[in-house]
Amino acid sequence: MASGVDNIRAEQRDFAIIADLIPHGASVLDLGCGNGDLLRSLREEKDIYACGVELSQENLLECVRKGVPVIHADLNDGLGDFSDDSFDFVILSRTIQAVARPDRLLREMTKVGKQGVVSFLNIGYAPSRFQLMFRGRMPVTKALPYAWYNTPNIHLATIKDFRFLCSEIGLRIIEEIPFGPKHNLLARLWPNLLAPSCVFIIENK
Amino acid sequence: MKIDTLNLIIEGKEFSFGGGEGNGLQLDCGRSLPEVNISYETYGELDDSKSNAILVCHALTGNSHLAGRHSPDDSAVGWWNCMVGPGKPFDTDQYFIVCSNVIGGCMGSTGPCSINPDTGKPYRMDFPVITIADMTRGQKKLMEHLGIGKWLSVVGGSMGGMQALQWSVSYPESVGSVMAIATTSHLSPQAIAFDWVGRLAIMSDPAWNNGNYEDDLPESGLAIARMLGHITYLSDESMRRKFGRRLQEKENYSFDFSKDFQIESYLEHQGHQFVERFDANSYLYMTRAMDYFDLAPDGDLREAFAQSNSPFLVVSFSSDWLFPPENSREIVKALRNNNIEVSYCEMESAYGHDAFLLETETLGGLMADYLRARKADME
Repeated sequence: MASGVDNIRAEQRDFAIIADLIPHGASVLDLGCGNGDLLRSLREEKDIYACGVELSQENLLECVRKGVPVIHADLNDGLGDFSDDSFDFVILSRTIQAVARPDRLLREMTKVGKQGVVSFLNIGYAPSRFQLMFRGRMPVTKALPYAWYNTPNIHLATIKDFRFLCSEIGLRIIEEIPFGPKHNLLARLWPNLLAPSCVFIIENK
Repeated sequence: MKIDTLNLIIEGKEFSFGGGEGNGLQLDCGRSLPEVNISYETYGELDDSKSNAILVCHALTGNSHLAGRHSPDDSAVGWWNCMVGPGKPFDTDQYFIVCSNVIGGCMGSTGPCSINPDTGKPYRMDFPVITIADMTRGQKKLMEHLGIGKWLSVVGGSMGGMQALQWSVSYPESVGSVMAIATTSHLSPQAIAFDWVGRLAIMSDPAWNNGNYEDDLPESGLAIARMLGHITYLSDESMRRKFGRRLQEKENYSFDFSKDFQIESYLEHQGHQFVERFDANSYLYMTRAMDYFDLAPDGDLREAFAQSNSPFLVVSFSSDWLFPPENSREIVKALRNNNIEVSYCEMESAYGHDAFLLETETLGGLMADYLRARKADME
């Protein structure tokens, strides 16, 4: 129960940071848009042109209930249904760790959108490192409650890993916003060790 | 709080036009219908701003009778009774719902059974071949007759979905939104093949007599066509679940060629029921109209939707192999590439193509939610 509440808080922080980045009237594609909360609030507050992509039928029906346009698709099939430069922003929030090929998706999303906004949980965060180091077992945290064998989060990465991948595949990091539910100062001081999450804004070089 | 429509008594209505030079309906084939009758039904009330009107387009063998009964002794209710009525997804307390019988059919609108004003005899096979676009031309005339400027939504499943798509292409300014269910922007060669065999079954029946049958109807040909069609509406899984390999009222195989299996008996029943209510010539015309349906003969579907500007809801069903989800995804892609607002759901279902008539709860909820958002947009 506690982990659920913490997760919701972290997600709200996540959404708040992303929402701040999106200017009024922008066109926004949200990959793995879940129940559509982020797009709905962006529509209401910033009058954006919104489109969500979601795999779960239950979430999708909820998006429609909220008046959020949404397309039923599997991100692992790529973004071929979207033409290049058709959105100002493509958001990938807390989803990258679950896709089969994060590198391919990052490349595609920075083609479809002028800028990509990626948020993810940093597995280099101290508590995760300590679990691996002292317990000798894969980290299980409040934000990542699964065991290694049943987790949908198959591609966990550290903030450093992400920076490295971006440079490998020719993406420029425009902004990096490490954050935690409470300790933003520490998170900024040494992100890879002290930030539980991070938002990146990226674009094609 | 759902009040049922079982006690709703609905009256069929007629609208005729033509009867003078240039007043008829010009058709894609080059010919025209000098006199046209459109039979239709309406549900709910048109509001003062005339902004709550929804057009429902029926499928191949459907009709304008969506819900309720024509008289208290009617044994059956309309084909979309679960969707249309007070408190239902197409809420008659909020919306004004129109459904007309397509031209070329046999349910009251002008078709092969109608009298040709030039000869005073039924058209039969002299009826011009019509297209999906011709069907929407007739519906557009009805729209004008009803004084409606813009539909809140045009909705249809299967062949009805083709009409809904056609509306957005032919009359973009008259369409507030489109709900295209289990449909396609072009009939696939596989579906054309099934239609061809179905028509051959009818035309090979000696009773068909080049369409000039009177009392002796081409029942066996039409029943075979229907059985063939019906197979394409189901899925392997739905047949397994419903019938398995179970035998019909017997313990062992008969070791002859009479009906042994439940599935055989079911199909025969479907065939028999169908010949009671459908005209063989109309079946030829309807299936031909579907064969010819292709919004992008040159292959550029994006261009086809270039003038469309209303939001779309596209729904496919996972086990539909007649109009498979790929067909819907092509539509979604073309719409997206025109920056048209589109929502797409590939609904999980084992029912095959028929899911659009059977997944009433999930589909009904989805359409109700979508309509509510469209109405809010209009206000």
